Amino acid sequence: MFRKVCAIALVFIMIFMMLTTGCTQKESEDQIKVGFVYVGPAEDKGWSYAHDQGRLYLEEKLDVTTIYQESVKEEDAAVEASIRNMIDQGCSIIFTTSFGFMSATKKMALEFPDVKFLHCSGYEMADNMSNYFGRMYQPRYLSGIVAGMKTESNKVGYVAAYDIPEVIRGINAFTLGVLSVNPEAEVFVRWTNTWYDPAKEKDAALSLLDEGCDVIAQHQDTPGPQIAAQERGKWAIGYHIDSRESAPEAFLTAPVWDFGPYYVEQVQNVMNGTWKAESYWGGMETGLVGLAEMKDNVPAEAKAKVDEVTQQIIDGKFDVFTGPIYDQDGNLKVKEGERMTDQEMLEFLWFVKGVVGKIG
Amino acid sequence: MYRIAQKTGVSNKRAALYRLIGIIGALVVSSIFILIAKKNPLQVYTSMINGAFGSYHRIRSIIIKAIPLAITSFGISVAFKLRFWNIGGEGQIMMGAFGAAWVALSFPDLSKPLLLLIMALTGFVFGGLYALIPAFFKGKFNTNETLFTLMMNYIAIKWVTYLQYNAWKDPSGMGFPKIADFSQNAWLPQVFGIHIGWIVTLVLAVVMHIFIKHSKKGYEISVVGESVNTARYAGMNYKKIMLQALFLSGGLCGLAGMIQASGVGRTLSVTTSAGAGFTAIIIAWLSRLSMPVMVVVAFLFGAMVQGGVYIETAYQIPQAVTSIIQGMILFFVLGTEFFIRYKIVPIKKEQEQGGKE
Repeated sequence: MFRKVCAIALVFIMIFMMLTTGCTQKESEDQIKVGFVYVGPAEDKGWSYAHDQGRLYLEEKLDVTTIYQESVKEEDAAVEASIRNMIDQGCSIIFTTSFGFMSATKKMALEFPDVKFLHCSGYEMADNMSNYFGRMYQPRYLSGIVAGMKTESNKVGYVAAYDIPEVIRGINAFTLGVLSVNPEAEVFVRWTNTWYDPAKEKDAALSLLDEGCDVIAQHQDTPGPQIAAQERGKWAIGYHIDSRESAPEAFLTAPVWDFGPYYVEQVQNVMNGTWKAESYWGGMETGLVGLAEMKDNVPAEAKAKVDEVTQQIIDGKFDVFTGPIYDQDGNLKVKEGERMTDQEMLEFLWFVKGVVGKIG
Repeated sequence: MYRIAQKTGVSNKRAALYRLIGIIGALVVSSIFILIAKKNPLQVYTSMINGAFGSYHRIRSIIIKAIPLAITSFGISVAFKLRFWNIGGEGQIMMGAFGAAWVALSFPDLSKPLLLLIMALTGFVFGGLYALIPAFFKGKFNTNETLFTLMMNYIAIKWVTYLQYNAWKDPSGMGFPKIADFSQNAWLPQVFGIHIGWIVTLVLAVVMHIFIKHSKKGYEISVVGESVNTARYAGMNYKKIMLQALFLSGGLCGLAGMIQASGVGRTLSVTTSAGAGFTAIIIAWLSRLSMPVMVVVAFLFGAMVQGGVYIETAYQIPQAVTSIIQGMILFFVLGTEFFIRYKIVPIKKEQEQGGKE
């Protein structure tokens, strides 16, 4: 009996070996391999999904192979391990797609000067490390116009992940959008302290709905808040991707990403040898960020207003953070006619007037 | 009716056969899930092995994963020897890491050897004291240590969560909930590209083995574990022995926490323990509380995890599926171990009736 089982096992091992040798021959050596590190599951129907769509677009357009690792924790040890695994598997370009991956990406960039790193949503750079992001505050402002015109209770809810400048900037832009069409309205913020947690995001939205909010916006990675709005028969504004299928009745519109063309451009540059580390912040004119097609439940006058402002943004005639802008305590922070600089926007750590919530 | 009885005299050959069948069973059942993910199971398994051992980097990754598992296993098996079911490894790791982080963040400029030494001692003491709490209550009020230590885990994890999100949040982190990195002086040095936790592990394996098998204290722990009454009869102060053993048990877990914070994370975070306190229970049981065997089993565990990470990226298998595969392998391995050690025997009718009288 023992011998028999051993023999069977040996046969298995031999089959294994044959298969492995078969595998290694298939993979060509000179093809560029691109790695993607995601903070959530690739199928989160949100942030990581948006990046994964970009990855698939990249595979479709260029002759490269890609690999990804999903649900990597925002901790240096985990991120480093993931990046090392990818380099070990032959990746020469690595996209790390969460704010919390920044310091580990920088560390790895210094350790592996031959590998190109592109980090999304941070500010660190190196000779072989770019950072890239989109001016998401522009479509957020537009979605604020929609929310401001749609709300009846004049209470708009906003489920938000962390009180970091990126999120605060989005809330502020959204609030300015709301106030531009509805000065009576207020935006109520709930922190979840997580990018990805469907249940927690939904609970936060429910608590906002309990307080009388009738439009829910979000800076989260799942459609959880939209589903909460749908259950209560209220309205929701998504984020990252057009998620109307997740909450068909509640969904109004969403500020969305389109990473594909940028990924193709960057990898193409690496292949051509013209790649240079940069700090890229693309606006609506580049197509990196935009507003999803508004559904029929969006009031017609809101649609008209959004189209008007969209054009102004694309033409560079209108900037979201143009004064006068007051903070929550009524202090004038940006003077009449002045525009906030990129640096100021990247260090946003205060709420504009109209936001009900606290930082820290 | 059936009862479970201990088996004796299972030959090594027979045991090896059981294990082989168990592993093949695990692979066959996991294949179903791999097929659902539309991949070829044979290819996935081979690349799992290749992904675990295929390069120096991969072996290095295994060792880094195995270090906390091995040291924590040493720790909880001291308590297990005593039949004190210490399920609180996770919390003791956290408290050890917390103590080490406290030192590292308070005295960032101390010289490296001194700072690391104080961190290790603090980690050990914090972990040990944390394990003393359930031991004290067990001695005093005979509380259930399994539940007690389990609940203590959550207190420790929530404590670290509080530190990370509030009290110790890095002010220069742009609002991101993260505790500041330790200064370079508080990083464990590396030998062969791996932090020296691996040397600590090997030394501890030998020292702990000798301690348990050949020292007076180790013998006392074993006696108390076998029978408290025997220990009492022999004039041993079993409460004192329990407290000492638990301090050592928690201390080793705390040391594992210090090593993780200093050598891997370079700071304290909610995931510093990363489940090692629970996984170590399985490792200790599989190794039958033998320290050298634990090193091997921890390494195999690391290999399984590393292989899983590899197939996730190489084959784009969802993380959930690799977790299922790993769970299956474990389930079958534990299952076969059970049948090697125990048998299920039917209780005879008369005995049953006898029992009722």
